[in-house]
Amino acid sequence: MYAYDQYDQAMVDARVAEFRDQVARRLDGRLSEDQFKPLRLMNGLYLQLHAYMLRVAIPYGTLNARQMRALADIAEQYDRGYGHFTTRQNIQYNWIKLADAPDILADLARVEMHAIQTSGNCIRNISADHLAGAAADEVCDPRPYAELLRQWSSFHPEFSALPRKFKIAVIASEADRAAMRLHDIGIRMVEREGTLGAQFYVGGGMGRTPMIAPLIRDFVPVDQFITYAEACLRVYNRHGRRDNKYKARIKILVHELGADEYRRQVEEEFAHLLTLGIEPPRAELERIKAHFGPPIHAELPPLTAQAGPSDPAAFAEWRAANVLPHKLPGHVAAVISLKPIGGIPGDATAEQMRVIADCAALYSADECRVMHTQNILLPHVREADLPALYARLADAGLATANLDQVGDIIACPGLDYCSLANARSIPVAQKISQRFAASGKGAALGELKLKISGCINACGHHHAGHIGILGVDRKGTENYQLLLGGSEAEDAALGKITGPGFDEDGIVDAVETVADLYLARREAGERFLDTYRRLGMEPFKEALYG
Amino acid sequence: MKLLTGNDLRTGAVIWWTGSNWSPHVAEAADIGSAGEEIAAREEAARRVVAPYLIDGERGPDGSVRPGHIKDRIRALGPTVRPDLTLKPADPAAGNWVI
Ligand code: HEM
Ligand code: SF4
Repeated sequence: MYAYDQYDQAMVDARVAEFRDQVARRLDGRLSEDQFKPLRLMNGLYLQLHAYMLRVAIPYGTLNARQMRALADIAEQYDRGYGHFTTRQNIQYNWIKLADAPDILADLARVEMHAIQTSGNCIRNISADHLAGAAADEVCDPRPYAELLRQWSSFHPEFSALPRKFKIAVIASEADRAAMRLHDIGIRMVEREGTLGAQFYVGGGMGRTPMIAPLIRDFVPVDQFITYAEACLRVYNRHGRRDNKYKARIKILVHELGADEYRRQVEEEFAHLLTLGIEPPRAELERIKAHFGPPIHAELPPLTAQAGPSDPAAFAEWRAANVLPHKLPGHVAAVISLKPIGGIPGDATAEQMRVIADCAALYSADECRVMHTQNILLPHVREADLPALYARLADAGLATANLDQVGDIIACPGLDYCSLANARSIPVAQKISQRFAASGKGAALGELKLKISGCINACGHHHAGHIGILGVDRKGTENYQLLLGGSEAEDAALGKITGPGFDEDGIVDAVETVADLYLARREAGERFLDTYRRLGMEPFKEALYG
Repeated sequence: MKLLTGNDLRTGAVIWWTGSNWSPHVAEAADIGSAGEEIAAREEAARRVVAPYLIDGERGPDGSVRPGHIKDRIRALGPTVRPDLTLKPADPAAGNWVI
């Protein structure tokens, strides 16, 4: 894993001291809220429904055990004993006191973490494939490139006041596990004739105008990678619309210019930038890469004979559902579900975070990953350790066997926590999860990605759900629109609205109706999404609205 | 009735104007009539509240106060999905008031 050097640490420490001073000046009245608000947002501190909310950056979702324990301590000491893992691989705390915020940032800095650039019109936390370094299908580990981007984008003076927020994701395989094409820039590391480079997809996003990013360049040599990213940002910074917040994202610029014209302008800027020699030295990339070696299990205690799990059937079910292949022989990656039946998607208690930290330390070469699906992945587990790992997780309520199934729902905080919400997301997720658990259809339905947002901002990725749900406000009451056919994976697609919305119970019935139709009409080997694509919207509409 | 609400600057807690002070309990909120803007500005300047705003509410026959919008009812009670963290953790039916 990457470890801060003296520059990283000095930057973060300086920011903590600066924010401590700003908070003191806010509390004693030297700063007004108008003056202070942009400063607190630069440190991830929002004001939400019940209190201040702190969003902590988790670069490419990667944490070691010590960091996860620090997150648990913060939940316990400064919040109400839990945190919410998000679709951008970050964590949010919902009950923060302003006066505590500087101490929290200081605690984070001690474990090489911060909340910088988790808000505002800057380059946000870089996300990446959660299977980075473990996936057999990757051409390289994408994390060094994500880390290089993190360093380039941190406090980048030219890009600290962009027209709008900017999100980048990096992957390194054909399979897309990071919703790459739904980011402002999606980067796929590729190999061409033995040379490593990057594909750049630019202008994707969700929100009120969802778009799938077009391919802007098929191959950027790896030693021009940052320069190309800089060119993409420069064209956006120059021409992105600052007059209208709803048209300010890069997706609108790329769409309005057209991919060809945007590409032409980027290429022109790129050619100019190449003459300036802004690419970081190769030695820096090599320095970073050295931090991301293969998993080292040498310090782990030698495997002892494992007692079989106490419930072999449950273990087998979990293993079949939540364990993924690894590129190293004898290894696997294991997904820790934060989606217990009827639970709050993405929430983990301080106790659970500590169990996750222990498991990462003991069984996964001291590493875990926050997944964009709001689960936690242990990337490097020895297969022989699975029974012991399972036992530990099951004890902590962390062994729900439902990866990518209908119960593995993505849900944003919605109206229970979020001041921008139109409707609650979490209770809908809970009811759907309970309904399918009770009917026992979850496993039979197979891969079925369900995603819920409480408003058009789409933090819950509803456009990209095989089934998506969007909360809207209908004359002061909560109402839910149903979308079908979205995907955030390599077959990226945007869901379509079925028709009139439903109330809270109606939407649960509606999801069951479309799931049943799939079960009745599917052909061998088809997922829900495949059946929908074959049949089209009509039969689903017919079943829903008669 | 008109209600004045906001968050405590220091803690972020939801608070309601009682006519003379701030309370975490919406039940103690006063009808502020047309004086809202002025009190909000004064209290904000005194750093007792952050992001104050005025809302419509209703007073029930039993004297209870009910904010007009579901968002403010959720603010008044707490997250409906965590009854243990609301202002009425012992009352399992408290969430019904929100909807
Ligand atoms: C509760 C506080 C939050 C606020 C105020 C907030 C605000 C917003 C806004 C305004 C947008 C729309 C941006 C645009 O379209 O230009 C947005 C998008 C998004 N947010 Fe949030 N959000 C919050 C929480 C979250 C959470 C909890 C997650 C993860 C579960 C998240 C992840 C995202 C993602 C993935 C998008 C869409 C991607 C895109 O930018 O196009 N946000 N958010
Ligand atoms: S989608 Fe809307 S309701 Fe949900 S977290 Fe984002 S801004 Fe809030």
